[in-house]
Amino acid sequence: MKDEREIVTVTIDGIEMQAPKGELLIRVAQDNGTFVPRFCWHERMKPVGMCRMCLVEVEGVRGMPPACTTTVTDGMVVNTKSETVKKAQDGVLEFLLINHPLDCPVCDRGGECPLQDQTLAFGPGESRYVEEKRHFEKPIPISELVLLDRERCIQCSRCTRFADEIAGDRLIDFGERGGEMQVITYPDDPFTSYFSGNTVQVCPVGALTAKPYRFRARPWDLSAVETSCQTCSVGCRGSLESSSNELVRLLGVDVEPVNHGWLCDTGRFGYEATHAEDRVRNPMIRRNGVLVECSWPEALDAAAEGIKRSLDLHGPASIAMVGGSRGTNEDAYLWARLAKGVIGTDNVDAQIGDGLPAEVVLGLPGATIPDLDEAAAIILLGPDLKEELPVLYLRVRRAAVDLGVPILDVSAVDHGLSRYASATIRHLPGEQASAAREISAALAPLIEGRTGPIVVVLGRSDVATSAEPTVAAAAIIREIPNTRFLIALRRGNVRGAIDLGLAPGFLPGRVTLESGAERFAAAWGSAPAEVGLDTAGILNAASEGRIGALILVGADVVNDFPDRRLVRAGVGGAGFVICINATITEAAADADVFLPATVWGEKAGTTTNLEGRISRVGRKIAAVGNPMPDFRIASELAFRLGTDFDLETVEEIQDEIARVAPAFAEVDAQLLKRARDGVVLPIALHRDELVLEPRRIPVIDFSWEPIKPEGPGELEVVEPEVVEPVLEAVASDEVALPADASSGVGLPEAQLYVWSAQHTAQPTPGRDNYALRLSAGRTLYDNGRTVASTPALRALIPAQTLRVNPSEISRVGVADGESVRVSTARGSLVLSLTGDANVPAGVAVMPFNIGDTGVGDLVDVSLVVTDLRLETLR
Amino acid sequence: MTSVIGAPNATETRIITKRLRDRPEDSWTLDGFTQSGGYESLRAALKLDPEAIGAEQVAAAGLRGRGGAGFPTGTKWSFLPKGSYPRYLVVNGDEGEPSTFKDRMLIENDPHQLIEGIAIASYAIGCNLAFIYVRGEFALGFERLEAARRDAHAAGFLGTNILGSGFDLDIVIHRAAGAYICGEETALLSSLEGDRGMPRIRPPFPAVAGLYAKPTIVNNVETLSTVPHIMRMGAAEYAKLGVNKSTGTRIFSLSGHVNRPGNYEVELGITFRDLIESPELGGGVRNGGKVKFFIPGGASSQWLTGSDEHLDAPLDMDYVQQTFGVMLGSGAVMVYDETTNPALVAWRLAKFFAHESCGKCTPCREGTGWIEKVLYRISHGYGRPQDLDLLLDVGDNISPGLNAPFSQTTICPLGPSAVSPVVSLHKFFREEVIAMCQNNDRVLHVTASDSGTSDLGAG
Amino acid sequence: MAFTAENLLLANEIVARYPKTKSAILPLAHLAQDQDGYLTQDAMREIAGMIGVTPAEVLGTCSFYTMFKRDEVGRLVVSVCTNVTCLVMGGPEVLEHLEQRYASDKEVTIEEVECLAACGNAPAMQVNYEFHESLTPGSATEIIEAYKSGELTARGVSGGVAGGGQG
Ligand SMILES: Cc1cc2nc3c(=O)[nH]c(=O)nc-3n(C[C@H](O)[C@H](O)[C@H](O)COP(=O)(O)O)c2cc1C
Ligand code: SF4
Ligand code: FES
Repeated sequence: MKDEREIVTVTIDGIEMQAPKGELLIRVAQDNGTFVPRFCWHERMKPVGMCRMCLVEVEGVRGMPPACTTTVTDGMVVNTKSETVKKAQDGVLEFLLINHPLDCPVCDRGGECPLQDQTLAFGPGESRYVEEKRHFEKPIPISELVLLDRERCIQCSRCTRFADEIAGDRLIDFGERGGEMQVITYPDDPFTSYFSGNTVQVCPVGALTAKPYRFRARPWDLSAVETSCQTCSVGCRGSLESSSNELVRLLGVDVEPVNHGWLCDTGRFGYEATHAEDRVRNPMIRRNGVLVECSWPEALDAAAEGIKRSLDLHGPASIAMVGGSRGTNEDAYLWARLAKGVIGTDNVDAQIGDGLPAEVVLGLPGATIPDLDEAAAIILLGPDLKEELPVLYLRVRRAAVDLGVPILDVSAVDHGLSRYASATIRHLPGEQASAAREISAALAPLIEGRTGPIVVVLGRSDVATSAEPTVAAAAIIREIPNTRFLIALRRGNVRGAIDLGLAPGFLPGRVTLESGAERFAAAWGSAPAEVGLDTAGILNAASEGRIGALILVGADVVNDFPDRRLVRAGVGGAGFVICINATITEAAADADVFLPATVWGEKAGTTTNLEGRISRVGRKIAAVGNPMPDFRIASELAFRLGTDFDLETVEEIQDEIARVAPAFAEVDAQLLKRARDGVVLPIALHRDELVLEPRRIPVIDFSWEPIKPEGPGELEVVEPEVVEPVLEAVASDEVALPADASSGVGLPEAQLYVWSAQHTAQPTPGRDNYALRLSAGRTLYDNGRTVASTPALRALIPAQTLRVNPSEISRVGVADGESVRVSTARGSLVLSLTGDANVPAGVAVMPFNIGDTGVGDLVDVSLVVTDLRLETLR
Repeated sequence: MTSVIGAPNATETRIITKRLRDRPEDSWTLDGFTQSGGYESLRAALKLDPEAIGAEQVAAAGLRGRGGAGFPTGTKWSFLPKGSYPRYLVVNGDEGEPSTFKDRMLIENDPHQLIEGIAIASYAIGCNLAFIYVRGEFALGFERLEAARRDAHAAGFLGTNILGSGFDLDIVIHRAAGAYICGEETALLSSLEGDRGMPRIRPPFPAVAGLYAKPTIVNNVETLSTVPHIMRMGAAEYAKLGVNKSTGTRIFSLSGHVNRPGNYEVELGITFRDLIESPELGGGVRNGGKVKFFIPGGASSQWLTGSDEHLDAPLDMDYVQQTFGVMLGSGAVMVYDETTNPALVAWRLAKFFAHESCGKCTPCREGTGWIEKVLYRISHGYGRPQDLDLLLDVGDNISPGLNAPFSQTTICPLGPSAVSPVVSLHKFFREEVIAMCQNNDRVLHVTASDSGTSDLGAG
Repeated sequence: MAFTAENLLLANEIVARYPKTKSAILPLAHLAQDQDGYLTQDAMREIAGMIGVTPAEVLGTCSFYTMFKRDEVGRLVVSVCTNVTCLVMGGPEVLEHLEQRYASDKEVTIEEVECLAACGNAPAMQVNYEFHESLTPGSATEIIEAYKSGELTARGVSGGVAGGGQG
């Protein structure tokens, strides 16, 4: 964002500095190297001036104003270190301590607590307070994830303000007053915010602690690596910390264009999945009908053999690859090169039947997350962001609430952001296209007098409806001038996988088979000519016996694909199944070869978020047992199929991608290492946004000392002793800045793909009056791998129920909560029925991927929509 | 430097208390009000240019706020940003300052006078919706205000097109629920918005962004009750009353060890001695005793003693501030005779402030409780000789310099108010307090949770 | 208990008075307290629903104010002032006497309160927010007994005038 404020001169402790007029004094001081101690002020929240730690003296101003609520004016002269200020600060510190327990040795925050640090440094040896301290019951759980120790609370209100201002989930507040004031939840209403972990991170003392981290480590035993979360496609930046080769904590890192330091609870606590009990440590091979452990050479040989056999018998089109959206970009690229360059098949799909066609993902003009802040309006047509892309939800909410960006909500049912919408278009699931036709008219009053792009957050709201209506809607919205799209796909690196060619019809770098043919023939030796199948197509072909070898790359198809009958038939019908995964999923149970892969936390590389921003993923621990990184497995298989990639390190792969994949031009290992906030593709359009500054290694934002940038462009990482290749630090002065557009290294010749096809929508079938139309979005906590393998989160998976308008309940003649039979053309289930006035009549809502049976048993992916009927069991 | 010119007579000068004294049987009713000239000032005001009322009447009369701070009312009104609507008038009827009981009397016994003042002020500042924030405990006051509002509405003094002037005004009477801090104007606004009654950081000042972030004027009940009389008397006439920059009359709530405690409306400029001793006013200290000390302006003020210098000081806001560092504040004068243990009074005040601290600022939340605990020990025979100095230093961390007007490490003056009794003890009763703490054979065991038991008696 | 039909009408009318609905928390809580004898959890939840905030927010606000009782109290709440004027005029003695006298009387809840703005006739107390002044321990007891016997009619626990009613 351009700061257009007037620049004023301020003198702080005798040093003159320039700052935008109206900026907070505490920030100006900090940006210029003067740290004013604080507890309550947080960069991302409104100042409240409560703790009174940041008092300073300002010439000509009576008393001591707090630096956190004072704005700078021209000629202001500030003293942050005078005797008077010191006395006031010591006073505040003493006040904070009189009722604070001295339990640092057993406090999670001990060792990284500003209160403790400051007291040790300056505090008096002995307390002058001889009265009795406040007493409360020691930590009480306020949710499944967070505990509250009211004795330790210093009433800074960061947690309550976070819940209110940032998350909009005001489930915690202050109760009582004065010395009795404390954080409360409503009785029987736990702090079930999806963002509760952030309150633990922003709490300056150990009043809020996270169950998964409690007593797991002491701060001084921790080592950290900068990383990006891969739980969903927002790609929040974080600092991943371990102790004794065990991941123990992920803290959000404040990156302006992405996550502002926030994480959702699944992202924050999902690292526990890395240590899941059921991780497979060694490769396996099917012998006499059962999977048994074997050596890597054995397993790789068998896998290569299975591929080769099919290749020889039925040609490349008999081989298919599904998945690849959970790994790194480097993994995805080598999977693509294996499939398309070595095997020669285009039957490759990183999405598992729940996304949008690659044409739409790659071919619409892209928006970035910061575009939301300055948008003329935001159109939401897609999933419930609060459930699927939680930190993007925070950003959109902020745009609406704090920045006044109007939101046009186009959806079938109420979702997390509906209450912030300025206008709403409701449609029946499947009727997205007709809803899209109403957008122009609804938008006009919202954008009147406003500038900036119209950002469309576009995605599949629901997996019981095919992609078709959303694609049709996209074709209509694209015609509205000045629209840019954020494609809301869910899985971690799905965008990177598609960008790197794990989609039918595309080659790495956003080019089609046709436009990239020459380039890749040169780079790889060959590339497929025929456009292949997507996941549904692959499963159909497999069920008909036309797939001789099916490679499942980290894809839990049984749980992720919307149509279970087709998955079972497909996986069952495939001639040979190779499964690359961390655990034995349902589909993996049918595998002929199982190759255990390393997971997030165990491998380095990069990931691409939904904006097309590439950022680093850090390796923090060594995997237990013998899993291998995906890119290695792909290389080994290629080698056995006759191609030596000759790519040993992540950086070599990055450099090759930059060389051959058009959209990745210039984005080589060196740039990736230096770009603090990542790199948005294609660089030619986003060069201005590049920040080649020293990285601010997170640590904790309220650390008593200012966050000191660690050496320019270097990762301050203590890597454990590991066998895998490690990124080598690069001295910054040796790195040439990427050329700017004028230097002639602009866009590569190959034209990046633009979606131009005129889309003619298939008419959505009508709904008959007795049927309900199913809308099956996802919930944050579902049976997916991350949640299911994370003990802390598993308990949060909601109970399965079919939500309908209360009028439907009375129509069927059952009681609220009673079980009914739910039938579709595909199958039937017994489900409990819940009335919810927020669900429009005619619609039924059920979260996808919860429980053993569910949406997957009702959906037929060959149909555009899923209509269901209800019958009483009586 | 101000000087006392022509001290007025030590009798009541009944202007805003006239009706309720003259017609105790029906002063609060519409009939009682209109039969004694009520709503005539409104009728007259509605014919004037609204802006002129603030400048030519209220400001010219020298009216200063009666809520505590004594800020010139006309000036406050002039701070409203031009052209920014809606704007609100909020009446501060939270009267919670210990020993202040004048607003309750005005609310219960002359509610129409307040409504008339509100209507004139609203017309002057361009407000169409006013709020009366009335202390929750004033059940009768709320009832009378509600009835008055209804009657005034029915009679056309409120509502749309008031008295054919085209001016519209509605009043919402908002009953509070027990929190002294809500008398502080920004806390009051938070409370009125349905939040915890916590003061807000200024700027922005309420006149710029107050209730619902709209321009808002907060005025005290007595302040607004005075407005109709300024209109009636004319600014010049009103300004003749009083002394220096303390013009007009004020109601003083006199309490404690005097023979005739009660509310007295007097011309500003008479002395404390007049107020306490005049037979028509306080009637002297009970049992023929002497003033040991008195608290001149509500609990927040520092104290004065029975010395001639103090007793002969005029009721002039600026004079007492500049000469003694005390304030007339809310107009409450508490008198204590020689039987009184000043440490006990100090402790009870500290207990009040600790109980009423909103909890927002660290120094106030923690410091007021600390002061209360130590003063408890001192006043109940468990004090240590060093305790008074400890209190002064703790106080200095809340109100650096220990002066009045307060310098403060807090957002609002409540925290520093709790330091006033400590400073007063130190200034006037240091010997007495230290003596109380000496030779204490009683021992109070205080548990400091993690450090075991400490024996304070030995300290 | 949920608002009675009559109170619900009044409650809706109260909400409508304010430019922003959250302002209605205090008056609604008074209304609920008068109705139920104290501020119940159900009431706070209902209020939250009416004005579109979380129950935690309603509790956060209400618990700031001493007049709201979140546990059951007697039919008569007697608030005795012991602040600095009542302190020296016999307030603490009245309080102590009443506390002893009504220690086991479920009908009467005695509480110590801050200055009631009745210092001209100290010591003072309120019975369900009705003022009684110039007290002695004996006269205070007589007053309470008069309420108990019905000789004096008590307001509601919250003062009984929550709604007022607009006109
Ligand atoms: C802690 C505190 C309590 C206050 N209580 C009251 C009060 O009960 N009534 C009142 O009118 N002003 C009170 N005030 C003063 C108000 O903040 C404000 O100055 C006043 O209402 C303005 O009205 P005025 O200008 O008419 O005096 C209090 C101030 C503080 C700091
Ligand atoms: S000084 Fe005390 S009462 Fe005033 S805002 Fe701070 S904590 Fe609240
Ligand atoms: S008051 Fe400024 S940081 Fe807390």
